[in-house]
Amino acid sequence: MAREVDRQVIALDVNGERAELLVPVHKTLLEVLREDMQLTGTKHGCELGECGTCTVLVDGKPELSCLVLPVQVEGRSITTIEGMADGSDLHPLQQAFAELGAAQCGYCSPGILLTAKSLLESNAAPSRDEIRQALAGNLCRCTGYSKILDAVELAGVRMK
Amino acid sequence: MTGANGYSVIGKPFPKPDAVSKVTGRAIYADDMLPARTLHCRILRSPHPHARILSIDTSAARRMPGVRAVITGADLPIKFGILPVTQDERALEHEKVRYVGDPIAAVAAVDEEIAAAACDAISVEYEVLEAVMSIDEALAESKDERIQDYGGPNNIHKLVALEFGDVDAGFKTADHIREDVFFFQGNTHLPMEQHSAIASFVDGRVTLWSSTQVVHYVHRALAKVLELPMNRIRVIGAVHGGGFGGKTDPFAHEIIVCKLAILTGRPVKCTLTREEVFYAHRGRHPVLMWVRSGVTKDGRITAMHFKTALDGGAYGSYGVASTFYTGALQTVTYDIPAYRFEGCRVFTNKPPCGPKRGHGTPQPRFALELHLEKIAHDLGLDPVDLKQRNFVKPMTRTVNWLRVTSCGLDECTQRVMTASGFRTRQTQRGRGMGFAISSYMSGAGTAIYWNDMPHSEVQIKVDRGGVTAYCGAMDIGQGSDSVLAAIVAEELGLRPRDIRLVTADTDTTPIDLGSYSSRVTFMAGNAALQAVRKMRGMLVEAVAAKMGREAQDVPVAEGRIGDFSFEEASILAEARFGALTSAGSYTPPKIAGPYKGSGVGPSPAYSYSACVVDLDANPRTGIVQVHKVWIAHDVGRAINPLLVEGQVEGSIYMGLGEALMEEQTFRKGLHKWPSMLEYKSPTFMDMPEVETIIVETVDPEGPYGAKEAGQGPLLPVIPAVSSAVFDALGVWIDEIPVTPEKIVEAIRRKVKGEPPRFGPVRFPSIPYPACIKVEPPSKDLSASAASI
Repeated sequence: MAREVDRQVIALDVNGERAELLVPVHKTLLEVLREDMQLTGTKHGCELGECGTCTVLVDGKPELSCLVLPVQVEGRSITTIEGMADGSDLHPLQQAFAELGAAQCGYCSPGILLTAKSLLESNAAPSRDEIRQALAGNLCRCTGYSKILDAVELAGVRMK
Repeated sequence: MTGANGYSVIGKPFPKPDAVSKVTGRAIYADDMLPARTLHCRILRSPHPHARILSIDTSAARRMPGVRAVITGADLPIKFGILPVTQDERALEHEKVRYVGDPIAAVAAVDEEIAAAACDAISVEYEVLEAVMSIDEALAESKDERIQDYGGPNNIHKLVALEFGDVDAGFKTADHIREDVFFFQGNTHLPMEQHSAIASFVDGRVTLWSSTQVVHYVHRALAKVLELPMNRIRVIGAVHGGGFGGKTDPFAHEIIVCKLAILTGRPVKCTLTREEVFYAHRGRHPVLMWVRSGVTKDGRITAMHFKTALDGGAYGSYGVASTFYTGALQTVTYDIPAYRFEGCRVFTNKPPCGPKRGHGTPQPRFALELHLEKIAHDLGLDPVDLKQRNFVKPMTRTVNWLRVTSCGLDECTQRVMTASGFRTRQTQRGRGMGFAISSYMSGAGTAIYWNDMPHSEVQIKVDRGGVTAYCGAMDIGQGSDSVLAAIVAEELGLRPRDIRLVTADTDTTPIDLGSYSSRVTFMAGNAALQAVRKMRGMLVEAVAAKMGREAQDVPVAEGRIGDFSFEEASILAEARFGALTSAGSYTPPKIAGPYKGSGVGPSPAYSYSACVVDLDANPRTGIVQVHKVWIAHDVGRAINPLLVEGQVEGSIYMGLGEALMEEQTFRKGLHKWPSMLEYKSPTFMDMPEVETIIVETVDPEGPYGAKEAGQGPLLPVIPAVSSAVFDALGVWIDEIPVTPEKIVEAIRRKVKGEPPRFGPVRFPSIPYPACIKVEPPSKDLSASAASI
C-alpha cells in the first residue's frame, strides 16, 4: 500500500532568506527547519509544546516551532538561532551567555537566547523577575537558571 | 598574568571551549546529523509491565513500502549490561517483557512516520503475567513467576550485610538510642536532549555517534552483542545535551542502530521520543530506609545500624553498586565508630533504576541528616552543634575503610552559617531555615570491570599547527573539556583557547572511563597533568640547550618559553626530538578495604558541602516557596570557578526539584506522567537565588588540589529543605518529595495530637544474610601511609 501524503509548496522567510519548499502539509515548522532546511540549531525536547526548547521568533515574538505549521507562518519573518549573530559577530546575548557559562550542555540555549532577545527588544532593562517571567516557558536542566539570568542582565546593560 | 594563587589559568573564569558553538546553534548533537541516505529507526515497546511473548509477527511490517529492515530479539540474542555481574538486558526481548516500554522489535525505514507505522503493524501475542509494582510485592512470593531468573528469594535482586566494629557494644555504651524510617521516591534525570544515536557501517567497520556519557562502555557492549572485535567498532560521543547519569548505561537503541546499519548498509538513526526517555530511565531508586543510632548525652555517635530497600525496576543496570552506595558514604561525613549496613535491591516491573547525580547516596543522606536532627531535638542539643561534634577529620580512615584526605566540612559549615545568619534567624510560623551537609566521591576508586589499567589517559601532540590534547573523556556540558584545556594551557604558558581538543572518540582518543561518578576532573585532570609536564620538559630542554642554560632557569609563561615564542620553542623541540607527543595516565591508589563489597565507596578524594535553605511553608496550603539557598562547597581547588559555580547551582536546582516536586510513580503498571508537562520540574519561576561559596582545601592528590563539583552539592539540599519545613511548621516530612499534600496531612495529624510527621511507619522484614564482620582499620592516616 502506497502512502498518500498531501504536499504543498510553501515559501518561508527564515533569517532574512526566502526559501520555497515542497513539504507534507502536516510537518511542523520545527521539522521543516531541521530536516528540510538543515537549520539544526533549533532543538527539540518534547515536540508537545511543553519545554520551550524549539522556540523560534516569528515577527520577533517567541513561538514554539513544534506547535506551528509552516503554512501558518508564510510571509512572516522567522528568526532561528542561526540568524542571531551579525555575520561572525555574536549578538550581545550570545556573547554574555558564552562569557558567563550560561550554556552548559547548550541544548536549551537556542530557545532561551531567542526568547531573551525578544524580551530585550521590548524591555531594554528588565528586572530579574521580568526575565524569569519571560523565560518561564523554557526549561533548563543544567544551569539552575542563575547564570542565564546573569547573562540576560549583562546583555541588557551592554545593549543600552 | 599570574594570579594570587600562583597560576595564570587555574582559578580564572575562562569561557568553555564549546561556548560559542553552543550559543550559535552550530554544535552538532546526535539528532542533528543526517548523512545522505539515512534511515530512521523506531522501536516497538511493550504495552504490558510483565508478560511472556508467545509470538511476534513482523510480516506485515516488512511488506510496507519504505521499510528497509525489521529486527527482533532473535537478531540480537546476546545479553549485555553495564555491570559484569548483571548482564541481564537484551537490545530486543523476544521471550519476556518486564516493564511498559521494554523494547521488542525495531524498524528501519526511509522516514520516521513509516517506521512508526511499521511498528504498529507488528503483531505480538502475549501471555500477561502479574505485575510486581512495589518493594512489598517484590519481597512476597511471586504470583506468577519472578521477573528475573537470578538473585535472592522471590524478586530480590541483591542482599548486602556488612558490619564494621562491634555495633552491639556501641549501642550498649549509648545514653540514647533512636530509630527512624524514611522514604525517598524515585525520580528521573529529564535531560533536555532525548537520547539519540546514529550508526553507519562501511567496509566492515561500525561507527556510532551517540548521546552517551560513556563511550568506552558503549564500545564494550557493542563488541559483545554484535560479536565484532573492538577494533571494528568506533564510538564517538556527539555533542551532549545533558546526562545527569541517565546516559551512563549502554542502551538498546545504540545497539539496534548498529545492527540495522550492518543489515541495510545505510546510516540508521534513532532518537527517542520524550515518552521513551522516561522508559529508558536509569534514574533515582525509590529507597525505603531504617536507621537506628546510639549517641552519648552530648551527641557523640556510638553506633549506627542502617537498612535500605531499593526498588530497582526490571533490570540490574548499576543496581548492585547503587545498593552498596546506599550504605557506603554515611561514614565519610560523620565519625561512626561501629556501623552495620544491610541493603536490599528488588526487581519490579518498572523501567530500570540506575545512577542519577549522587548515585545511591542522596536517599541515605536525606535520612541521615534528618535522623541526626531528630536526635539533637531528643537530647535538647543544637542540631548544627551535634553534627559538627561528629564531623570526620582530614587524614583519617573511616570504620568501613574509606580513606579521607582533604576535608573542608568545618569550614563549609562555618561559611554557610555566617552567610545565611542561620544561628540568629527569627523564629516565625511559616518561615524556616534548614541546614545539612554532605560529601561525594571524586571518582570511583575501582573500575566497573576490575582491572589494573589506568582509569584515564591523555595524549598531547605539539607541532607547527599548535597543541592538541586527546582524551576519551566526554564533555556532557559539565565542562570537562575546559578542565583539560586549562591544565594543558597552564603548564605550557598558553591560554585555554590555544589548546585544540579531541575527546570521546574510541578511534582517536586514549581511554577514559567516562563522565560518571564525578571522576573526570580528578582522573583525566591528573592524566593531562602528567602528559603535559612531559611535553613541557621536552620544550624546555630544547630551549635550554639553545640558550645554553639549565632547564630550571627557563621560564614558561605568557606564550613564551625562555627567549622564544611557544611556536619557536616547539620548532626547536621538534628538531631535537622528532615528533612531539607525550602521554599521561591516571590510576587511582589501591585503597579499597579488605572485604567483599569494598570496591564501592573508595575514592581518591571526597568533596564536602554544607547548605542552608530559607523558605516559606504555608500551613494552610502546604505550598513551599524557597527564598534562598546558601551553599559552601569544598572543591579542593576551583580549576575554573565559573564552571564550579555552574555545577553547584545546577546541583542545587536539581536537588530542589527532587526535594519538592519530582517523582516517578506508576499506576496499574503504567508510568503516571511520562511527559515534561506532567513530570514537574522547577522552572525559572521556582528557582531561588543561590549564594555559592567555594572552599578550597587543596587536595593532596587532585590536579592542582581539585576535587569534584558536579554531584556533591545536590546532596545536602534535599534534607535541608525538609529540615526547613520542620523549622517553619514543626512537622517532619520524612518522605521525598516534600509535597503540599504531605505537609497538610502532617499538620492535620499534629492538630489531632498524633505524631507530627508524614512518612513511612514500618520497614519490611527482609531476609538479609548474616553480616560479614570487618575489623575497622586504624583511624589515623599518616601521610606516609596514605595508600595501603
